[in-house]
Amino acid sequence: MKEQRLSLDQLSTDLLQPASLEVAPGEIICLSGASGSGKTRLLRAIADLEPHGGTARLGHRAQGEMRGHAWRRQVMLVPAESAWWFDTVGEHLQQPQPEALAALGFSDEAGEWSVDRLSSGEKQRLALVRAMSFKPAALLLDEPTANLDPDTTRATENWLVECIHKRRLPALWVAHDQEQIERVADRHFHIADGRLEER
Amino acid sequence: MEVIDLSWWQLALAAGLVVVLATCIYLARLGLAGSLLVAATRTAVQLALVGLVLEALFSVGSLLWVALMGLGMLLLAGREVMARQQRRLRGGWSFTIGTAAMFVSAFSVTVLTLVAVIGPTPWYEPQYAIPLLGMMLGNTMTGVALGLDRLTEGLWRQRQLVENRLMLGETWSSACGSIRREAMRSGLMPIINSMAAAGIVSLPGMMTGQILAGTAPALAVKYQILIMFTIAAGTGFGTFVAVSVASRRLFDHRERLRLDRLTSSTA
Repeated sequence: MKEQRLSLDQLSTDLLQPASLEVAPGEIICLSGASGSGKTRLLRAIADLEPHGGTARLGHRAQGEMRGHAWRRQVMLVPAESAWWFDTVGEHLQQPQPEALAALGFSDEAGEWSVDRLSSGEKQRLALVRAMSFKPAALLLDEPTANLDPDTTRATENWLVECIHKRRLPALWVAHDQEQIERVADRHFHIADGRLEER
Repeated sequence: MEVIDLSWWQLALAAGLVVVLATCIYLARLGLAGSLLVAATRTAVQLALVGLVLEALFSVGSLLWVALMGLGMLLLAGREVMARQQRRLRGGWSFTIGTAAMFVSAFSVTVLTLVAVIGPTPWYEPQYAIPLLGMMLGNTMTGVALGLDRLTEGLWRQRQLVENRLMLGETWSSACGSIRREAMRSGLMPIINSMAAAGIVSLPGMMTGQILAGTAPALAVKYQILIMFTIAAGTGFGTFVAVSVASRRLFDHRERLRLDRLTSSTA
C-alpha cells in the first residue's frame, strides 16, 4: 500500500472554526482540549460521519471523491466506546491477528471469547486490533487508552506507535494525559475556543 | 336464511359490558378506564357514520365516489401510521412514506384482487371494493406502522453500534441490515401468526361475519383464504417499501447516520 498524507482543508464543525492541517505518513499528531471542546466532533468530521464544512484529503483525493463507506474504510476512526455485534471477538476481525493480540497481552484464544464478557479495557484494546485488521490508510484515535491501567497503557501505546511507524500511517490521536502526549506525539495541537493551535 | 335484526337496545346491553369493565378498571386504578371509554365511543360513532356513508355510496355506486372514499381511507390510514410512531421523520416524511407504501401495496393488491380474482361488474362495485380495501388498509397500516416504529427505534437505540459499523467502512445498508430485518419481521409477524392460527385458535372476523349473514361456510372459507393471502401480500410489500425508503432516508448521500432527521413525539 502506498503511503499517503492526511490533510484537513478548511475543515470546520459547529464547535471548531475552519482549520487546515497536514499529517505526514507515519506522523502522530496529538490533539488535546477540555472535554466538550470538540475533539471527538473533529475526528467524526474527518471520518465524514457528520455534516461539516471544508474537506479532508487522503493523498490527493478529497472525501467527496469517494463513497462514504470507502472513505471511512481508509480513514479509520476508532471511538473511545466501541460496539460489538457478533457473538465472538474473532468474527469482528477481518483476518486473525495473532501478533497484534499477543503484543497487547491477549492469549491465542481471545478470538473465541464471547463479546458479552469483555471488560471495558479489553473492548478498547480489541477495538484497536479490529480497526488495524481492516488495514486502514490513516488512523483517527479517540482516547485509545482511556480505560486502561498504567502498564497496559504503555504496552498499547508502544504497539500503536510501532504499527503507525511500520505501516507509515498518518495518525491523529486525541489524548488527555500530558505525559502520554510527550511520549507518542510528533506534534501536538490544542483545541480551545474553537481554534486549533499548535503547542 | 335471514339475518336476525339487531336493535339498538340490544347493542346497549353489549355497551353495558364495556361500562362495567371500565368501572372495574377505574376501581382497580389501572388508569385505562378513560381511554377504554373513548375508544368504545369512537367505535360506535365512527362505525355509525361509516354505515351511513356506505349506504349512500352503495346507492350511488359511481367510480368517482368509490375512488374518493378510497382516497379518504388511505389518508386517514397514513395519519394513523404517523401517529403510532414514537420517533418520526421530520418534514412530513413519515406521513408520506407510510401513505405511499400503503398506496403501492394495499391499493394495487385490492385492485388486482377485484379485477383478476373476484371480478364483480363493474369492477369497482362498492359492496366488494370498499370492505376489501378497508381490510387491506387496516392490516397494511399495522404492518407499516410496526415496521417503521421498530426501524426508527432500533436505529435510535443502536446508533452507537451502527456508527461503529460505519467507522469500519461498512455500507449504510449493511450497517443497518440487522435492524432492517428486525423491522420487517415485526411488520410481518401479525399476519404470519394469524395465518398460522386461522381456523384452529381463532375464526377470522370476516368469515364469522359472512357465516352469521347466512353464507355457506365453504364459500366463506374461500373468501377468507383469499383475504388472508392478499393481506399477507399487501402487508409484506407495504412494510418492505416503507422500511426500505425510511432507512434510506435516515442515511444521507455520504452514508452518514442522520438521527437529526427524526423527531420524538412527546404526545
